[in-house]
Order: sequence, then C-alpha cells, then structure tokens
Amino acid sequence: MSAIGISKEDIKTIMNSEQTTAQPGAAPKLVTAARPSAVALKTRIFFQWLLPPMFGLLLLGAIWTLISHQSPNLPGPVSTWHSAVELFSDPFYNNSPNDQGIGWNIAASLERVGMGFGLAALIGIPLGFIIGRFQFMSRMAAPIIGLLRPVSPLAWLPIGLLVFKAADPAAIWVIFISAIWPMIINTAVGVSKVPQDYMNVAKVLNLSEWKIVTKILFPFVLPYMMTGVRLSIGVAWLVIVAAEMLTGGVGIGFWVWDEWNNLNVEHIIIAIFVVGIVGLLLELALTSLARQFSYE
Amino acid sequence: MEKILQEKYVQLENVNMTFFTKKGTFEALKNVNFSIQEGEFISIIGHSGCGKSTVLNLIAGLLQPTSGNLFCAGREIAGPGPERAVVFQNHSLLPWLTCSENVYLAVERVFSASETKIQLKKRTQAAIELVGLAHAADKRPNEISGGMKQRVGIARALAMEPKVLLLDEPFGALDALTRAHLQDELMAIMAKSGCTAVMVTHDVDEAVLLSDRIVMMTNGPAATIGEMLDVELARPRERLELAEDSHYNHLRSEVLKFLYERHARKAA
Ligand SMILES: Nc1ncnc2c1ncn2[C@@H]1O[C@H](COP(=O)(O)OP(=O)(O)O)[C@@H](O)[C@H]1O
Ligand SMILES: [Mg+2]
Repeated sequence: MSAIGISKEDIKTIMNSEQTTAQPGAAPKLVTAARPSAVALKTRIFFQWLLPPMFGLLLLGAIWTLISHQSPNLPGPVSTWHSAVELFSDPFYNNSPNDQGIGWNIAASLERVGMGFGLAALIGIPLGFIIGRFQFMSRMAAPIIGLLRPVSPLAWLPIGLLVFKAADPAAIWVIFISAIWPMIINTAVGVSKVPQDYMNVAKVLNLSEWKIVTKILFPFVLPYMMTGVRLSIGVAWLVIVAAEMLTGGVGIGFWVWDEWNNLNVEHIIIAIFVVGIVGLLLELALTSLARQFSYE
Repeated sequence: MEKILQEKYVQLENVNMTFFTKKGTFEALKNVNFSIQEGEFISIIGHSGCGKSTVLNLIAGLLQPTSGNLFCAGREIAGPGPERAVVFQNHSLLPWLTCSENVYLAVERVFSASETKIQLKKRTQAAIELVGLAHAADKRPNEISGGMKQRVGIARALAMEPKVLLLDEPFGALDALTRAHLQDELMAIMAKSGCTAVMVTHDVDEAVLLSDRIVMMTNGPAATIGEMLDVELARPRERLELAEDSHYNHLRSEVLKFLYERHARKAA
C-alpha cells in the first residue's frame, strides 16, 4: 500500500528525533580540557542550542519588518506586539456570541478538535487493529482508504452540513474525517509488523485472541499508534481554522475571518502566531507522551 | 499398544514439505521418516539451511506438511499445543514483559483452568528458580544477557510441563563458555523432568554430549534423514571425562564424517 510508505518515514523520524536532538556534538576545543567546567558547559549549551533558534526568530522579525515597511497595510512587529498585549490583557470577556475574548475562541476551537479527534481515535484505532490483523479486512479497506484519504478535508464540509444541518457538528465531522486516516493506517501498519516470532509464541502457548491483543499486539503497536495520534492531532489543528472560517460561530478560525472583515490585520497576525503556538504545544505534549509509552 | 506408544511417542511418516513462494516452489523435505521414544533426547544435526528448523516446526505444529503424517502420543499433530513446548532460536521473549511475566503468560494458559492465582505464581517462580534466575525475575529481557534470555526461554517452555520439549539451536547465539554451562544445566534439568526432547543443532559436540540419538540430515533441497546414530554413553555425562573417552570420540568422528565427507556442503 502506498499509504503506508509515508507513515514508515514518520515513524523513523519519531524514533530518531531523540537521538538527533541529543547529539553531544563534541567541540574539539573542549576535548583538551580534562573536565569541562560548569561554565564551559553552560556557554556550550548557549551557543549550540539557544543562539541558533534566537537567530532564526530574529531573522523572521527582520524580514517581517522589511516587508511591513514596503507595504503600508501590513503592520510591523512592534504595533502587532502592542495589539497583542492589549488583546491578552482581557482574554475571557464575553460581550456577545460574536464578540468574545481570544481565550474563548481558542477554547472553542480546542473543544471541536478534541471532539472530532476523540471520535476519530475511538473508531480509527480499533479499526486499524482489525485491518492489520486480518488480511481480508486489509484488502477490503485498501480501496476505501486509498480513495477517501487524499480528499481535501474541506470537501467533506458540505456533506456534514447536509447531514447534520448545523455548523458545529459539521466542523467536528470535518475534523473527524481528516484525523481518522493516520490513526487507522499507523495502527494497521504496526499490527502487520508484529514479528512472526511473537506470533509463533502466541501459537505455541495457544493464547486466546484477547491475550494476543492485550499482551502482544497492543504493546508492540503502541509506538506506531502514538505516531498516528500525533499526526492526527496535527492534521486536526491544521483543518480547524479553515473549517471555522466557513462555519462561523466562536473559534480561532472564525475570529480570523471576523478580523479580516474588520480589517484588523494585527489581530490576524496574532491569530497566526496563536495557531502556530497551540499546534506546537499539542505536538510537544504528544511527543513526550509517545516517549513514555516506548518500552525500550 | 502401550508399548508401541512409548517407542513411537513422536512419529513422522513420509513427511514432505514444499514451500510455495513468490519465486516458485521449493521442496525442502522429502520422505522424512523417524520416530522418537518417550523420554528420549534426540538431536537433529545438518548443515545450515538443510531443513532442521522445518522439521522442528512441523513437530511443533507451526507448519503443516505438504503430505505425510505426524503423530504425538498417538494423536495426529493438527497444530501447536502446550504439550509440545518450543524454545526458540532467538529466545522470542516479549520485550515489554519482565522475565517472570513472560513465564507467567505460559503458565497461566496451561494451568489457569485448574489452579489458583497463587499456585500459578508459585509455578512461575519455581520455573525461574530452576534455571537459576531468581535474581533477575523482575528484569526486562533487554536488561539481561543473551544466556539469561535463553534461560528464560527454557523456563517458559518447561513451566508448561510439556510432554515434548522442542529446542531450535537454543545455544547457537551464545559464547562457548556460556553455552557449555547451559548445556550442563539443560542435561541436569532433563534428567530431573524426564520429558522427551528434540534439539536442533549444528554443533557436533553439543549433539553427542546431550543426545541419546542423533538424526543426521542430508543437504537440501529435498533433504531427508541421512543416518541415525545411537549415543550409548552413560548418564550423567561429564564433559571433561568424555573428552578423553574413546567411544565419545568415535561417535564424534562419525558425525563429523557424515557432515564433512559423505554430505559435505558444496562450496558456495
Ligand atoms: N516459510 C518458508 N518459505 C520458503 N522457504 C522456506 C521457508 N522456511 C524455510 N524455507 C527454506 O527451507 C530450507 C530449510 O530451512 P530451515 O528449516 O530453516 O533450515 P535450517 O534450520 O536447517 O537452517 C531453506 O532453504 C529455507 O530457505
Ligand atoms: Mg534453523
């Protein structure tokens, strides 16, 4: 299955990420010192780990400033910062359904993502187990997955609106349908990769299907499953902004749209940062969770 | 009837095994016939790739023969079962379970219908102690040495109180010292338990030291039993004494002649 190729890469990335980020990167200068002092260590950490990201952020700021000087409609970092301070000084006000604090908007989006993603996990993970375990099921699912997975998430929105006749469930539906694939596929890949040795053990011990699932499949598949979960939440968060722009209500996506109508460009830029930071935090949380579940 | 069962406790009758792969068919075994007495220790020896593991997996029930019949205790072998425990070549412990949990999984399956949890735990502990691993019972497989892993594998198999113990190159991956040590332990354990055993090996000394009979296989494809050799050495056996025993050395050279004169592997 071509779909599987992608997730394998990703699995490798997650496995290796720990090692690649933790490389000591021995600087030859320091080798001469018998034992690097605490100060030397701190400076090394500073130069190797803190300085490059800071340079990156500064560069981004510089480019942004440059562009904002050329194009008078685009606010620069300073005015955006002032606007953000004002915005975040009262994140939870509630004037009307269409005029709420940024905190409420983020919370509403997270809630939708949580619902759609949770449903996708509830259905996708068991489905992945079944598809991975039984070849018949895998062959049966292959054309369905192959056909539906490449569909752009927003193409599902009209179907959701049609079936649920309301914006909110339709948005959750879009999250659900776009978040379910990575979980099904990664779980199935994990199950199909269970070493034959372990299955032979199961056969010789005559284990029941329940024991096979709980003692062999589940522990083995968990890291694969966590990769699927991580990818899914990424997709879900990616999609929510677009979905909310179309459905309206409360939420970070709708807020962006609203501020565009108000021509409040500072707020749009703030929204971009907020979406990015929340996405980053979700990713970090799940990566550390995945690490907890690795048995090695 | 009883007598026949004892003499032919495990029986292979005209067993043929052909693998059907994408590259075509491969006839691995042709016309394999032999039987094993109850309580006997048999070694299967042959060059790498000749089909030793295939024979063992057939007895284990992990493979079904293309044609022919296999029996254990008078019954046709239809699939794997706990009365035929396997010690796998690469130990095959579950890495997320501790040593004792690995053993418990087997114990639970075989005895949970008739025994309480406490009794099951006792069995597990006894099996772990039998292979001298009480101190490592709560360690995970990746925290212990190769020799210890193989011992857990043996403990797991023995804890099921099998009628037949099947060992696939159990010590193949170990260093010479550890291997010798575990061979001695296995001999002691087998003397105590008295169960029937089939061990696959490519180590001539191991075969002669441990077995009552050595089954020598010809080279594949279409491998079969070349010769059988009875090992009439008194037990308990001492490896140091045997090293100077003329009969032992005679047996040893018989196996070597089979492997390197009569059925030498063609130069690859
Ligand atoms: N599942 C299989 N499919 C195809 N060929 C196999 C399979 N298992 C074993 N063989 C082939 O059968 C022959 C005997 O294999 P095996 O019993 O593992 O040898 P040994 O254990 O003596 O080294 C080898 O040539 C091997 O390639
Ligand atoms: Mg083998």
